[in-house]
Amino acid sequence: MKVLSKEEALASPHSIGGPNETFVLNLGPQHPATHGVLRVKLVMDGEFIQHAECVCGYIHRMHEKMGENRTYAQFLPNTSRLDYLSAMQYTHAWVGVVERACKIEVPQRAEYIRVITSELNRIASHLVGWGAWVMDLGGLTPILYAFDDREKILDLLEGICGARLTFCYYRFGGLVNDVDDNFIQGTKAFVPYMRERLKMYKAFVTDNIILRKRIEGIGMVSQDMCRRYGACGPVIRGSGIAYDVRKAEPYSAYRDFDFDIPVYPQGDSMTRYLVRMDEIEQSLRIIEQAIAKLPEGPFINPKVPRSIKPPAGDYTYATEAARGRFLIRLVSNGTDTPYRVKLRTPCLSNLSLFEEASQGMMLADAIAFMGSLDLVIPDIDR
Amino acid sequence: MSPTAEQLAAELEPLAVADFIPLPPPPKPAPVKPVAAPAAPAAEGAAAATAGATAPTPVPAAPATPPPPPKPVQICDFAAKGVNLDACVRPAEVVAAAQIMLRHGFAIDTVTGVDWMAQGLMEVVYDYFHPLNGLRVAIRCRLARDAGEVPTISGVFQGANWHERETNDFFGIRFTGHPNLTPFLLPEDATYHPLRKDFTGESAQ
Repeated sequence: MKVLSKEEALASPHSIGGPNETFVLNLGPQHPATHGVLRVKLVMDGEFIQHAECVCGYIHRMHEKMGENRTYAQFLPNTSRLDYLSAMQYTHAWVGVVERACKIEVPQRAEYIRVITSELNRIASHLVGWGAWVMDLGGLTPILYAFDDREKILDLLEGICGARLTFCYYRFGGLVNDVDDNFIQGTKAFVPYMRERLKMYKAFVTDNIILRKRIEGIGMVSQDMCRRYGACGPVIRGSGIAYDVRKAEPYSAYRDFDFDIPVYPQGDSMTRYLVRMDEIEQSLRIIEQAIAKLPEGPFINPKVPRSIKPPAGDYTYATEAARGRFLIRLVSNGTDTPYRVKLRTPCLSNLSLFEEASQGMMLADAIAFMGSLDLVIPDIDR
Repeated sequence: MSPTAEQLAAELEPLAVADFIPLPPPPKPAPVKPVAAPAAPAAEGAAAATAGATAPTPVPAAPATPPPPPKPVQICDFAAKGVNLDACVRPAEVVAAAQIMLRHGFAIDTVTGVDWMAQGLMEVVYDYFHPLNGLRVAIRCRLARDAGEVPTISGVFQGANWHERETNDFFGIRFTGHPNLTPFLLPEDATYHPLRKDFTGESAQ
């Protein structure tokens, strides 16, 4: 099939009845498969996509401007509302960049608990991403199982910080409060439980021939494309590059744990699926180790100044969120409000390659491909 | 072929420039005790910070001084800054710098702006990360604030397309040669740039 340039594709809709007759199809902004308010303008040649154009900004809230109008502590809850499914890693980046700028020491116990809660949050996020994606492909049951598992994680996290979705558990220099015995015992019990469930998911979903036929070989993303678009997270790891911020720029206590980065070289939707499932297992490994050697001590640095005024300059801090690399660039002018806050979110970079990668793809495959990117729209629009 | 920060610094050196736009006279600081021996950037930073401290009104934002790297290409302490290399290049050279980055296997992280209103400057920051060795590089250029124009790097890193559109939305910086410089996150008829420091809620009405 001939792939038209954007100009040719857009000029041709009027040639009705011609050999290149195309039509424009709007996917979204209220389409269930886009998981939020994302609109994709598709120039279609029958079932095939000639050109895709993503229209973003339907849920734009200008968090970056809010950052300039608030004190450092006041902006903390904002960061958990970008990618609401991996709020822990996002608040981690914010407290991390402020700690880096102010040179605040974090007690080891707090770092370990941050790792445990971040990894629990990652599992919860992958479960939602997995269930919702399989639901897009026509399998309704897995998401019910996924939400059952996720419920256990949310109960644990609710017990320590009160929130079930937009967690705001980290503070500059530590945590809002220490974990209790209930959390430790619950997390210990969760690890073997989740391993059993993963076996079941592998048998019923991962090895399911219908699923494999739908996503194997669909949505090829090359390593070169990942670099040019800055793709990250399971997308870049599904294309054979072992890039993980937890290893590349080790933050918090991740140096202390033994875990692998799941990598698959094929670069299709199936590999992104497999990376996520393997990551759940790796997260369980990290949680197990962190619980086993959880140090005693304070959960917050008692010497954190009440008024946070980082020295003038710019600082960046990246964390590995469930969807990939989340970077905050903070410019401080020495006052108690940030001068500039840039939030670099993984979903924006991962979606930006959709336009190139979806050329010539069939519409139903594009839905499967979009699910493999595991988008959270408020994360793109910020 | 993973480059080191030193190799990159050597390659970026010819493109770099320390003060390529003559800085406008700094805003009149509130009378403070005279600063001895004005080593230009440092003294200016101190003066502006003092001015900011003495003017507590939050709007407009307290003037700040762009933290100029002492050298145009600077190898940074990652633990303190979050980048390994910070380079300041001429606006015309951002494409050449992007090509160097692509050749060394870097991936585009993000493109963004910073409005230095008190100095009449706009800064464009290009962040890169290396997927194999984890090296982090920030390349920046500074433009005149009112006639900000910089060539697009979306021909080199296609992912910069959206980031540049967003920067154009928020700051009004024009990226010449950009294939589709239309509002990305703002409404399609937006005529305002919310991250410019002189933006007020009224200008969006």
